[in-house]
This record gives sequence, C-alpha cells and structure tokens, in this order.
Amino acid sequence: MGTIGATLIRTGRRFLSSLPALFGVLVFTFLLMRVLPGDPAVFFASGPSAGNEEIEVVRRQLGLDRSLPEQLGIYLYDVGRGNLGRSMMTGQPVAKDLRQRLPASLELTLTALVIALIAAVPLGVLAALRPNSLIDHGVRLFCSLGVCVPTFVSGLLLIYVFYYLLGLAPDPTGRIDVFASVPPARTGFLMVDFLLAGDVEGWWAAARQLMLPAFTMALFVIAPLARITRASMLVSLGSDFVRTARSIGLSRWQIVVTYALRNAILPVITIAGIVFSTMLGANVLVEKVFSWPGVASYALDALLVSDYAPVQGFVLLMASIFVAVNLLVDVLYGIADPRATVV
Amino acid sequence: MMSPLLEIDNLGVTFSTRRGLVEALRGVSLSLQPGEMLGLVGESGSGKSVTGFAVTGLLDKAGRITAGRVKFRGQDITRASGAELRNLHGANMAMIFQNPRAALNPIRTVGAQIADAVLSHRRLSKQEARAEALKLLRAVQIRDPDRRLDAYPHELSGGMCQRVMIAIAISCNPSLLIADEPTTGLDVTTQKVVMDLLARIVAERGMTTILITHDLGLAAHYCRRVVVMEQGRLVEEGAPQTLFRAPQHAYTKRLVASSPTATSRVGDLVPADEALPVVEVKDRPTPAPGTPPLLDVQHVVKRFDDGAAAVADFSMTVAAGESVGLVGESGSGKSTTARMICRLIDPSAGDILFDGYSIAKLPARDFHRSPLRKEIQIVFQDPHESLNPRFTAFDCIAHPLLRLTGLRPGDALRSRVEECADRVGLPRELLSRFPHQLSGGQKARIGIARAIACRPRLLVLDEPTAALDVSVQAVVLQLLDRLRREDNLAFLFVSHDLNVVRMMCSRTIVLRAGGIVEQGESLALFANPQTDYTRELVEAIPHIGSPASLLPA
Repeated sequence: MGTIGATLIRTGRRFLSSLPALFGVLVFTFLLMRVLPGDPAVFFASGPSAGNEEIEVVRRQLGLDRSLPEQLGIYLYDVGRGNLGRSMMTGQPVAKDLRQRLPASLELTLTALVIALIAAVPLGVLAALRPNSLIDHGVRLFCSLGVCVPTFVSGLLLIYVFYYLLGLAPDPTGRIDVFASVPPARTGFLMVDFLLAGDVEGWWAAARQLMLPAFTMALFVIAPLARITRASMLVSLGSDFVRTARSIGLSRWQIVVTYALRNAILPVITIAGIVFSTMLGANVLVEKVFSWPGVASYALDALLVSDYAPVQGFVLLMASIFVAVNLLVDVLYGIADPRATVV
Repeated sequence: MMSPLLEIDNLGVTFSTRRGLVEALRGVSLSLQPGEMLGLVGESGSGKSVTGFAVTGLLDKAGRITAGRVKFRGQDITRASGAELRNLHGANMAMIFQNPRAALNPIRTVGAQIADAVLSHRRLSKQEARAEALKLLRAVQIRDPDRRLDAYPHELSGGMCQRVMIAIAISCNPSLLIADEPTTGLDVTTQKVVMDLLARIVAERGMTTILITHDLGLAAHYCRRVVVMEQGRLVEEGAPQTLFRAPQHAYTKRLVASSPTATSRVGDLVPADEALPVVEVKDRPTPAPGTPPLLDVQHVVKRFDDGAAAVADFSMTVAAGESVGLVGESGSGKSTTARMICRLIDPSAGDILFDGYSIAKLPARDFHRSPLRKEIQIVFQDPHESLNPRFTAFDCIAHPLLRLTGLRPGDALRSRVEECADRVGLPRELLSRFPHQLSGGQKARIGIARAIACRPRLLVLDEPTAALDVSVQAVVLQLLDRLRREDNLAFLFVSHDLNVVRMMCSRTIVLRAGGIVEQGESLALFANPQTDYTRELVEAIPHIGSPASLLPA
C-alpha cells in the first residue's frame, strides 16, 4: 500500500518536472521550422504560375504575415486548447492525422521491441555465461551485423528472401492487404481490432503483414539490448550474492535466472525505454520501405513540403511519448527494484 | 582420535591474471577435527580467503587448483563434479562472507532467500519453507522475526544482514562452516554480539568451523587453534595462547607486534630495525595566556532534511599540536562532525572558530577559496578510493599546492612535492606512478603527503588506517605521530578502533547518537570508563595480548 502510494507520488513528481522540457521542445521546434528554408505560402499557392498577389493572399490566410512572437503566441494558445493546426498536405487537422497514424507506428514499434527483447535477453545471458567463448563471439558478430546494416538494406533483404524467393511473407505494402476488409477501428491497433471483431483470419493476415517490418526494426536494436544484458549479467554473475547462491547449492537455473538475471534486468529496462522512444521516431526508413502508414513517414512528407503544423505536431507527440515512456520505465523500475522507492 | 572431517593436503591454487599466473596457495596442508573451530589469520593476499574458497569449490573462474587434494569426510572434493558439489554446498558445507549486505540478493526478501536455501536441499512446501525460515531467524535472534521475513537487505543493518547470512548458512545444518571475515566492517559491539551468536550456534549444532580473519584478537578469543598464513603458505600453527605470546616465525612475530593492544605504544608496533629514527622534539613555547585555542567548536548541530539530528550540540576545543580522538559506532555522528569541522558540509547551528576566526558561516561550497582551507586538511578513510585514478602520485600531491598556495608548475613545485614524498617515506621514483600501480600503504602515504603539502595546522584524519593491513597500519601510525610532533600539527583523529585512538591521541571524545557520552585523557578514559557505553565499547574489543584472555578458557 505504502509502496504504491510512493510510486504514484514519484510518478506525479516526475511528470510535473518534465513539463518545462515539453514546453521548451514546443518553442524550439516552432522556431526551427521558421529558420529552415522554404516558404509554405509559395508551395501551397494554387500552382507554379501563381502571382505574387496570390501568394500574399495564401500567406495572410496562413497567418504568416504576422510577426514571429505573435505567431508563437497564437500557436501556443492553440496547442493549449488541443488544436495542433491543420495540415496543408492532407487538409485534415493534424491531431486527427496523428491519431489515425500513431497506432500504426506504435503497433509496429511495440512488436519490434518485444521481438528484440525476446531475442536479445537470452543472447546476452548466453554470452555472459561463457564470456569469450564461441557463443559469445557469435552473439557479438550477430549484433554487429544488426547494427551496421541499415534498416532499409536489411528490410529489402528480408523482402527479397521471404517475399520474393520463399513466398512466405505477404505483399510488403501497408498494414493489410488493400482488398481485405478492415475491422471497425476501436483502438486503431489492427491486431487488437481484429481480435475484438472476432476475425481470426484477418488477425492472422495483419500479423503476417506486420512480421517483416517488425523484424527489420528489431534486428537494428537487438545489439544495444543484448550488449547491455551481457554487461550487466557479467556484473551480476560476479557479485557476492551470486557467490552466496552458489555456496548454498541452489540449482543453476535458480542462480542464473532468479538471482543473476533478475538483478541484471534493471539496466535493460532503462535501455529498452530509450530504444523504444528512438525506434518510434527514427523508424521512418522502415515505414517508407514497407509503405507503413505511420507518423514518422507522415512527418517526413510534411517536412519536405514545408508543412509546418504536422512537423510541429509530430515533434510534440514524440516528446510527450518520450516523457511517458520514461515515466513507465520509472514505474517498472520501482516495481523491479525495491530499493528504488526508497532512494 | 577421530578421523578428521576435512583434510587439506599440499593444496596449490593459481590465478590467471593479466600479468600472468599468480600463485595464491603453495602447498597448504591442514586437517580439521569434527567440532573444532580453527582460526585462519593473515594479512590481505596471504591466501586465507582463497583457502576457504578452494575448500568449498567456490573459486573464481580465473582460479584453478593446481596441486594437492581436499578431502571432506574422506572424499576428494577437488575432483567432484558440479552436481556432487551442489549437493555438498549448503547441506554439508556452507560459508559466511565478508560484507553481508553485498552477499545478500538486494531485490529478494530475506525470508525468500532463506527459504531458497532450505528448499535447495529439502523437499518442503513453500509454506513449510517459510516457517523454517522464520525458525532460523529466531535462531539467529533477530528482533521481530515475523516482520523481517519480508524485509529487503537494504532495510536491515549490517549486523542484521550478517545474522540473516548466518541463518542461510546454517539452514541445512552443514557439518563444515567457513566464516570469511564475518565481522569486518561491523562495529566492535556488533562484532561481539554476532561472533558470540555464531560461536554459540556452531557449538550447539556441533559444526566444524574455520574462522578466517585478519584480527588476531578475534581469532585468539574464539578459536582453540590458530594457523598463520603468509603469501600462500602456512607459517605457524598452534594454540593462540602460545602462538601469540611466543611467536616463533618472523612473520608471526611481526604480525603480533604490529597489532595494537590495550597497552601498546606507537613506537612498539614496528620492529626496531624498521622503525623511523626518533626525532628530537624541541619544547615549544607555551602559548601566551588568552590565545584562543586552534580549534574551538561551539554547540554545533547538524540536522538532516527530515529534521533528525545527526549531531546534536557538539562542543570541543583542540590546542595547537594536540591530538584529539573521536570515537563511536557507525551512526554516532563522528564522520559528520569531522566533515563539518573541515568545512565539507555546513552545520545547521553553532559556531566553529579556527584560530579565533569564525569559519562556520562560510558556506562549505566556497570554503575552498578561503585562505584557511590550506590550514585545515583531511586524510580520507579509503586510500584506494580517495585518489584520482587519472592522477599520478606527483599530481595528487601537487594539486593542493597549485590550488591553494599559488605555486606554479616548475622546479619549486617539484622540489616541494619531492620533499613531501620524502617526509612520508614515499620513494621518489614512485611519484610518476598511477594509484592502481601502488600498494595500499603507498597510497595511504600519498594521501598523507597531499594533506601535509600545504603545511596545515590542523589535520582531520577520518579512519586513516581502517582499510590497511595491521603491519602497514603500524608504519602509517608511526609516520603520522612523527609528522605531528615535527610540525606541531593538531590532529582530529576519527576512528572506531579504540586501541589506535588510545595510542595516537592524548584526549578522546566518545560519541553516541550525535551526542558526547564521555571525554577525557585517553589513558584514563580507557582504563577506567565512567559510562556504561564506553565500558561496553572497551570490553567488546577482542584482545590477544592481555593476560586475562590468555588464560585457558
């Protein structure tokens, strides 16, 4: 009871202390967009033949004729009311666009993270149990390959092998076959929506569609997770309490899992949080390769056409997710490590 | 004569390190009768812990048994398979380790850890194991055992953690128990309680015990037979009475001489041929009446953020050239007091006068800019941790000179640093080395040279020898005493080792829970304590030299 209360208080405090950072991100992105070259008014005026007058009209419509502080004030006011502006590109409110596309990104990233963790933790443990053995070197090689091959290359390789050569994977475009029926969007997560609709066949189709991009992303992040698992397992295995566990004749499984791994997993939680946030924002390459309708490719498209609002909205979204993930890591840490609530 | 429980025959252990193979044990032979309690003493690196680990098969991966046999109940366990060893561990032989808090799994409740030990060799249900764990906690006399079952190690004191460790070790009634420095790092009073408990438990359960310790007094007090180790060899063996009263081997003699006792003096600790030449100390003119004392601490209080007082209303004075000891158990506030006086932390109330000037109002953050910083210098507890690993010995000593005296790099600085090194007996050719290339004693000398480099008038010594072997401690203490007399330095000597304080300090202050319990002339105070608390402290020290403990038990 007391520990839950303490965790809540800690969480609340952490959240409050992250608000100034969020505000800073807001202002910084706003200014950055204004500094970058490119004039949205020119771009979005009806056509290449548009005259100066026409451009001026668009500019006034967009509010770009006002002074910078004024623009910033209006922007902050709108964000405060939950209005992220309207995308010139899609013609829809940015908030709505993001809401539609975020589940796609989250679904992909979460799946990739789970795959990466399932692969990385045992690999790291195996490597730590026999340091400098053949297994250790094998894991090291695998990790190095995963990091040094860019995701668009590994993605294309996977497509070539599993779609083109073996034919195991479905057509690698989008979240689901264009002709398949889409379940009613309740959560936005296709895997969940299919289950809620009771459509097992559709769920399986979506899962197959998800696998290639998820593995592509996972390959890239297995390395940091496996390495930190190995390093922290080595420390754990050499610690006094593992020696104690050996001295009382516990089984090998109990020594490795209950004593060593349970302690070693703490830094892995932290790294997993950072990796997740990075993946979510940086997976634009994967989204592009697999035509995945996620937020990152949306932001990239917007940036290319100087569409301010979506980019700003995207950065704000990423910052918020980063804060949320860190909070989650904090809470998990508090649960995994009884000392954390005291410190 | 019964057949021995444990027979070690010509045991050799080698560690492979970066610098090649290191022989940790060379031809160790020992035998233990059932029910015996054997003391294994020696300084760090003597191989006493390695012997313990080799016997229980818990050597690091780098360590390998290269020769000899270890026979446990007639079975050679150096050739035992992993599964056989696992059956022996816990059920037949168990260990108690130094630093009990680290030896317990930090994220598992102590009840669960004891239950793990019980379940590893007995077929019980979870509830039965928990009940058994509770019984064991009662056996090691932990207060509130029902509640402690669900406590984590960080919620318990060091002494309680060691009790839990004992509970784990005895959970399956092993016939052999190896206690590796079980009370090092605990307060003397806690040490006494834990050791008495351990001695009673092993006697009640008829366990055979090896007590590994660097403390001759502890071994003498609890063991009937003691073995002395040096550099991986057994050098002498016998009953503690004869062994410590009339040591035969040169190393034992040296070890016995350098162990501080209730009557030893600084000069006696080091063999005559290695002692520093005695310096003639001129009588210093007595200060004119009315001169303020060098240090005058007035009603100092330190409260923590939660309002609890770590130090409550502490007052003391130190005259120039005087040596004052500050003793007490951990948590008594002695380190906090020392830190306030050397202005590393700010007092919550009260005043500190140095040479008549108030220095308590200068924030600790800015004190390094005060001209008085070089007058008050500190020697820290751990010579290994308190040196910058990226600084050479020369840089370490030169740093305060550069910061505080305005010396610039050049010949003057070099000669000053070399002078300091000479004074602490650090060979000049070691000045270019980094801390990890030096021994503990050499690092301690660097710490002292750094502290005296600016010619301070007050030296605050925070457990300066706690991390050192006794023979090194002896040399360092002698060095400190000589420096004090040569420079008319004042010492504030913080220590938990009463024997050391008695030798080093003319006056002693006993602290408990942030308040002064007793103070006075050191010799009188320890010979005839006025309060129960001081008496308890004095009596808790295990002695080797005093005739009382040499009487057959």
